[in-house]
Amino acid sequence: MTKRSGKSGEWLQQLVFVGPGLIAFSIIVLVPFLLGFYYSFTEWNGLDLNKAQWTGMDNLNRIFMRDDKFWAAFGFTLRFTAVTVLVSNLLAFLLALMLTRALKTRNLLRTVFFVPNVIGGILLGYIWQFIFTKGFKTIGEMTGWSFFEQPWLGTPGTGFWGLVIVFVWQSAGYMMVIYIAALTGVPKDMLEAATIDGAGYWQSIRKVTLPLIMPAITVCLFLTISNAFKMFDLNLSLTKGGPGTSTQSLAYNIYAEALVNNRYGLGTAKAMLFFIAVSIIAVTQVWLTKRKEVEA
Amino acid sequence: MNRMRALRYRLAGIELFAILLALLFIAPFYFVLVNSIKTLGEILVDAASLPQVYKFTNYSRVWEMIRFPTALRNSVVITVVSVAGIVVISSMTAYRLVRKPSPFNNLLFLAFISSMIIPFQSVMLQLVRVTSLLELRGDLLGIVVCYLGFGLALSVFLFHGFIKGVPLEIEEAAVMDGCSPYGVFWRIVFPLLRPIAVTVVILNTLWIWNDYLLPVLIIGSNKDLTTIPLAVTRFFGQYTKQWDLALAGLAMSVTPIILLFLLLQKYIVEGITAGSVKG
Repeated sequence: MTKRSGKSGEWLQQLVFVGPGLIAFSIIVLVPFLLGFYYSFTEWNGLDLNKAQWTGMDNLNRIFMRDDKFWAAFGFTLRFTAVTVLVSNLLAFLLALMLTRALKTRNLLRTVFFVPNVIGGILLGYIWQFIFTKGFKTIGEMTGWSFFEQPWLGTPGTGFWGLVIVFVWQSAGYMMVIYIAALTGVPKDMLEAATIDGAGYWQSIRKVTLPLIMPAITVCLFLTISNAFKMFDLNLSLTKGGPGTSTQSLAYNIYAEALVNNRYGLGTAKAMLFFIAVSIIAVTQVWLTKRKEVEA
Repeated sequence: MNRMRALRYRLAGIELFAILLALLFIAPFYFVLVNSIKTLGEILVDAASLPQVYKFTNYSRVWEMIRFPTALRNSVVITVVSVAGIVVISSMTAYRLVRKPSPFNNLLFLAFISSMIIPFQSVMLQLVRVTSLLELRGDLLGIVVCYLGFGLALSVFLFHGFIKGVPLEIEEAAVMDGCSPYGVFWRIVFPLLRPIAVTVVILNTLWIWNDYLLPVLIIGSNKDLTTIPLAVTRFFGQYTKQWDLALAGLAMSVTPIILLFLLLQKYIVEGITAGSVKG
């Protein structure tokens, strides 16, 4: 084989192996994403997709000066993320602690807790719409507990908690699986050593187990934070952002701006701000938790 | 002896608590199933009791109304073709990126990883524009291409991590025996990738099967290409509060993916664990 044909062979290989991936990635993700920076500064409606008019800082001015609903959605999303991340990780960790014990029904229970996760947010939202409106009403009548008889999807406050409940119900099983894998990897002798040194159960969890499973915590926090911050499907099918726009997440606000109000330019500008927010949050979180990881 | 017994009681207590929690977890499914075979009147009176009259016709009616067979077929075709494409393309790309770490390839790998943080909303509107230009909208091929694009980053990343651990000696031996670079990949390397390929298949299947927004944007109102989430959403848009039919529709819509999960449970749990450790 001559040197030259070897070189053209290299090119062909690069083309065959990387070409399809590069093309698909470029036209579907890379180019649209980069176009986003341009369209953010235009007026662009959904009807005339070809025509985008450069309007400079108009969109950003509008978002920062006059768009109360966007900032309300931002606040809602931050609150939602904070609450769901805390609750679903605590629940998942608790489930993992229980289901790594020698329980007779262990495998069945693991399956049950995981099942909600394979169903998508759209279908789950519709299922829970029924539970909140009709199921809870019946339970309330049976038990007499006023907790169940509230208009769950009818007020901003209960709508928020409704979304939290379904999100936690859906995501806890997934995180549980990750925590179980991590807990199984904690060396038994280290826990025994802690017990011999006089550490109680919760103390050895805090001082021995938690530091050792820090990598799993990093992953779970990353997954829950980014899923909660980007929540859309559930929002659409459970509350439709309502009542009014009180339970609108950021992702839903962007969707409504573009596809309901037909303001694509403004929607893109919001979406790029959304991207910046997601990046800052995700990078900060990974940086913070990575620092706490230790070697076993 | 006493300590042993105390431990046993505690374990039984934990088990009882876990079972109660599990019942709470599956209660929503009970509500869906039991009410899906009631009349609407009975649902509104009492949503918790077993049906007095079994009304299985809810299922046959909604089966036609949402055109369930069409939706199911589309969901299956889109998911299977997209996932197969993702496995083939991302494993090939990852292989080259590992074996030939040229500056361009390293940059490309970095681009893949960084792109994982981009929310779908930050791409979707411009994507509508690009796919219209390329005439990929309203088309089965179009949506598959979209899934290829969105599925690549994580899949390339997972394959990349795995291929780094595949010893080069095996490949060198094959080259000595006169195997072409393509033969080396398909006959020697690809079969070794099975464990991580399972992870890639599972993560992508769960996501694509349940995806809603991308089909809405790309397929839109073309009823022949409707997927299950789209069909259910359209039903809810038209028939609000028709809970007898809606619940039957929901029950049949969640059945395929739950069955798949129960069948492949072991692989799914392992796949998710492997995916998260690498991630």
